[in-house]
Amino acid sequence: MINKEVRDAEDAIRDITDGSVLLLGGFGLCGIPEAGIQALVRKNLKGLTCISNNAGVDDFGVGLLLKKRMLKKLIASYVGENKEFEDQYRAGELELELIPQGTLAERIRAGGAGIPAFFTPAGIGSELAEGKEIREFDGRLYLLERWIKADFALVKAWKGDTAGNLIYKGTARNFNPLMAAAGKTTIAEVEQLVPAGELDPNQIHTPGIYVQRIFEGAGYEKRIENITVSP
Amino acid sequence: MLSKEQIARRIAREIKDGQYINLGIGIPTLVANYIPDHLQVVLQSENGLLGIGPYPQSSDINPDLVNAGKETISMVKGSSLFDSADAFAMIRGGHIDMAILGALEVSENGDISNWKIASGLIKGVGGALDLVASDAKLLVAMLHCHKDGSSKLRKQCKFPVTGVRCVHKIFTDLGVFSILPEGGFKLLEHAPGVDPDEIRKKTEGRLVIKGEIPEMTGFQ
Repeated sequence: MINKEVRDAEDAIRDITDGSVLLLGGFGLCGIPEAGIQALVRKNLKGLTCISNNAGVDDFGVGLLLKKRMLKKLIASYVGENKEFEDQYRAGELELELIPQGTLAERIRAGGAGIPAFFTPAGIGSELAEGKEIREFDGRLYLLERWIKADFALVKAWKGDTAGNLIYKGTARNFNPLMAAAGKTTIAEVEQLVPAGELDPNQIHTPGIYVQRIFEGAGYEKRIENITVSP
Repeated sequence: MLSKEQIARRIAREIKDGQYINLGIGIPTLVANYIPDHLQVVLQSENGLLGIGPYPQSSDINPDLVNAGKETISMVKGSSLFDSADAFAMIRGGHIDMAILGALEVSENGDISNWKIASGLIKGVGGALDLVASDAKLLVAMLHCHKDGSSKLRKQCKFPVTGVRCVHKIFTDLGVFSILPEGGFKLLEHAPGVDPDEIRKKTEGRLVIKGEIPEMTGFQ
């Protein structure tokens, strides 16, 4: 088996530079590559383009990259109430491309699967359809959407092995498997890294072929955006 | 006039046994609390779960288990987890039977505007755009009027449209409406203490009132 293990987050992101295009896994704060994001913040890169479903919160997740003004462009489906985002966007310092969540997921999936474009009904009749090719199939209209690929993908899984095989937990899976396949260099961080052979091949969600580097992160905060409990 | 909880209770009556349902954020999320126990239905969360359960006990909070509103949740027996591309394949592919969503506005021909807009900026759309473009029966839950008193049931939406000719029924604090094939809001039920004339005044789009309109029930 090919050993993909790297020392730590710093080592894993060593060749990410100013202006890189990054896929960042996670939905809200759930399943985000915490260690990778913190390493990016320490490296203080500029002009990054990030593709992430959300923009994090002011002091966690993608919000940390916004706070240090490291982003040139954000491609997301929902940015929410991030004050830092709003200020930079209004000042014209940050580009934003909003994409319907399902279209975002499928564009990334297509990127990893070698499908350059596909037709989807989402967005027909809305301003997101402007300038895009529309075609009728069986009496309904569909929009042409293109694949998304990136230089790097940062994904987070629950368990992984040194061959790069990944297993996710709960809804922390979300965009991570799609992004793992769509990154030219995919960096996986896991809560538990085990030697190849210790994970049950029947249970693997992301096969190791999609992962170029893997490391075990330490001290996961796993912050929760909205704690809701039953009375 | 109905409270948000009462709107949610009334919509819960539209749910049928055996349905797979996606509930949006806001009033739709409340609907889950009022689904009758004898119905077997499955709630989807578009981040990647079929089988949303109630909010957890505080001792069972799991950061790896959240719904589309990023709230901590639990799973029911028989749940399944998947990635976000699969979640939307279920939606676009016609496997989800019904979607209950909030909206900024609905037009008389069934167009919907449901971006998240705050302080004058479009903050995103999440999965709403994919849901309104799917074959799922689309029910809308919203207050009848904006905060400034202007109607949310309009001839044409003031806000940018997210989907065209897709809304089946609308449930507001004033009544229940269907969209007529030729365009127009057909009043099906009125809220207690709200007479149809008031609804007419607060509906900017074409309102059709035919015959005796029953009072809304089933939300108590």
